[in-house]
Amino acid sequence: MGKTLFQKVWDRHAVGILPDGSTQLFVGTHLIHEVTSPQAFGMLRDLGLKVAFPSRTYATVDHIVPTDQRTEPFSDSLADAMIKELRKNCSDFGVTFFDIPSGKQGIVHIVGPEQGITQPGTTIACGDSHTSTHGAFGAVAFGIGTSQVRDVLATQTMALSPLKVRKIEIRGKLGPGVYAKDVILHIIRTLGVNGGTGYAYEYCGSTIEGLSLEERMTICNMSIEGGARAGYVNPDEKTFEYLRGRPYCPKGKEWDVAVAEWKKVVSDADAVYDDVKIFEASEIRPTVTWGINPGQGIFIDEAIPSPEQLPEADRASAKEALEFMKFKAGEKLAGQKIQVAFFGSCTNARISDFLEASKFLKGRKVAPGIRAIAVPGSQGVSKICAEMGIDKIFREAGFDWREAGCSMCLGMNPDQLVGDEICASSSNRNFKGRQGSPTGRTLLMSPVMVVAAAVTGQVSDARLVFAKS
Amino acid sequence: MSLSPIAEVTGRGVVVAGDDIDTDRIIPARYMRCITFDGLGEYLFRDVRQTPEGKGTNHPIDDPQYKGATILVSGMNFGCGSSREHAPQAIARAGFKAVIAGGFAEIFFGNSTTLGLPCATATRKDLTALMSLIQKNPTTLVKIDVAKLQVTAGPLSFPVSLKASAQQGLLSGRYDAIADLLANLPKVKELADKIPSATTS
Repeated sequence: MGKTLFQKVWDRHAVGILPDGSTQLFVGTHLIHEVTSPQAFGMLRDLGLKVAFPSRTYATVDHIVPTDQRTEPFSDSLADAMIKELRKNCSDFGVTFFDIPSGKQGIVHIVGPEQGITQPGTTIACGDSHTSTHGAFGAVAFGIGTSQVRDVLATQTMALSPLKVRKIEIRGKLGPGVYAKDVILHIIRTLGVNGGTGYAYEYCGSTIEGLSLEERMTICNMSIEGGARAGYVNPDEKTFEYLRGRPYCPKGKEWDVAVAEWKKVVSDADAVYDDVKIFEASEIRPTVTWGINPGQGIFIDEAIPSPEQLPEADRASAKEALEFMKFKAGEKLAGQKIQVAFFGSCTNARISDFLEASKFLKGRKVAPGIRAIAVPGSQGVSKICAEMGIDKIFREAGFDWREAGCSMCLGMNPDQLVGDEICASSSNRNFKGRQGSPTGRTLLMSPVMVVAAAVTGQVSDARLVFAKS
Repeated sequence: MSLSPIAEVTGRGVVVAGDDIDTDRIIPARYMRCITFDGLGEYLFRDVRQTPEGKGTNHPIDDPQYKGATILVSGMNFGCGSSREHAPQAIARAGFKAVIAGGFAEIFFGNSTTLGLPCATATRKDLTALMSLIQKNPTTLVKIDVAKLQVTAGPLSFPVSLKASAQQGLLSGRYDAIADLLANLPKVKELADKIPSATTS
């Protein structure tokens, strides 16, 4: 009987079984940032412990950094204290820190792959739920809490119970204007925001095989929005091509050895799954959320459902969502006025996101009165966008082109919604208050749909807005 | 790191109704600009307890009838979203000792267990009965028996579920794994030699 990638990687990293029955799992690579790590270092100091394997932890700063101007001290003294604390912790404990002056700073889930730190067949942990992103490379990657960050710092291991594996096969070719973001929003809408609880999602099928690594990252990134703590894609030639030559990847002969090992972790053809779900790419259309959780989405040409149309378990949440969003059942989202367009986040702020959107944005203008901001996921993305002239296209269109960080995805820095503004957002969560204003309203969509909303001032079907005339 | 076993939690309950209550709701991100967990209890459910102008909203947590409640009762998929431990920290630091809900997001569940905050899952039917009992009679004592996986409250008595490792950890006082993990460091070091690490050299 064959094994899945998840099982192979788990078995290889299992130290043993703990007294409570959970597994002590070795963490090959640990990533940290300024929000969820300071208390963990504090606990280490309280316990008189060291970092067991400092060369396996990498740090960057992303959540609290201002994206407009970077002069220190930051105007927010709390944010300033957090970056200083991270610097001190990394220096005291010997951890590599991709700090702002390094030119490698960015959202942790964009920096890891960019540097080649994210590798197939490894276990990765980070105090951030979007750690599932790294699964795009065939790694088994978990978001963890701060006490677990402490555990990984102190022992390079954590206590965890194995997950079941659900195979999610997506078949066929995506239609024009339909992107990876639409695929994952559709999966979450179909399987539910808690449908993945207890599972790792293995994304496969011809649609996934046809996607670039950056697109696969968008899909794995939002596994957690579907309740799955981890999501992954089996590594293939595209994976190896993406990684070849990256700073932290093996070189020369060691590269060939590594690739041979990576090929072995791929799920066996006769692997047994705990569950299987199949989707047809041709049925997926551009998707936008209308509610307050990422499962409350519709195709752009559909109407907002009335709670009575939904399964009983979803009705209360749908009513609450309609009230909060000030939308009516039966309305379409297309035509809904927006005030803000946010292009960024660990879901969609990679080079290919900006490149694809720039093709449509070129020569167009952001609609009057719309606050549009574009935030590259890393300094590396920013640099390449500048080399390709992409930043110029965004600026000329009227987007505010910013420095790298998480920004308005969660509004921990000054980039926040005001009042009940509606934001067309390429990010991952539409929870109440998520973008920094308790009454702010978030509509999740693909980056190209964000650009379409920005130029029209309203939610729009990008396929119509950008149709060749 | 010796911890006291948690075999039962007894206290008055407070209902925070709704499904899919996410960790941004439990503690909005802008209150996580901190380097310790101190004082986070104050920000629990901040945005739903106060209007943007800072006025109270009569949220159950602030309702004098439920003052001193130590068991939080909520709906399905509680704690979904971000992995922030700030969420269970805020709940614990606001004085809560346990949560009963229709289900929990996985990372939240693990974070809570590590803090010794048991998260018991009840069926929708039992949960609805418990909620209406607490709302009718806020002084009702709710008891969670971790060993028997049973909740009793006034006339109600119903089974709850808890992941086996969490139950075992709570009952044995090993819910924070750090001591057990540290004990195996020699084995960890052996395994580490076989697991490649990312490097520039």
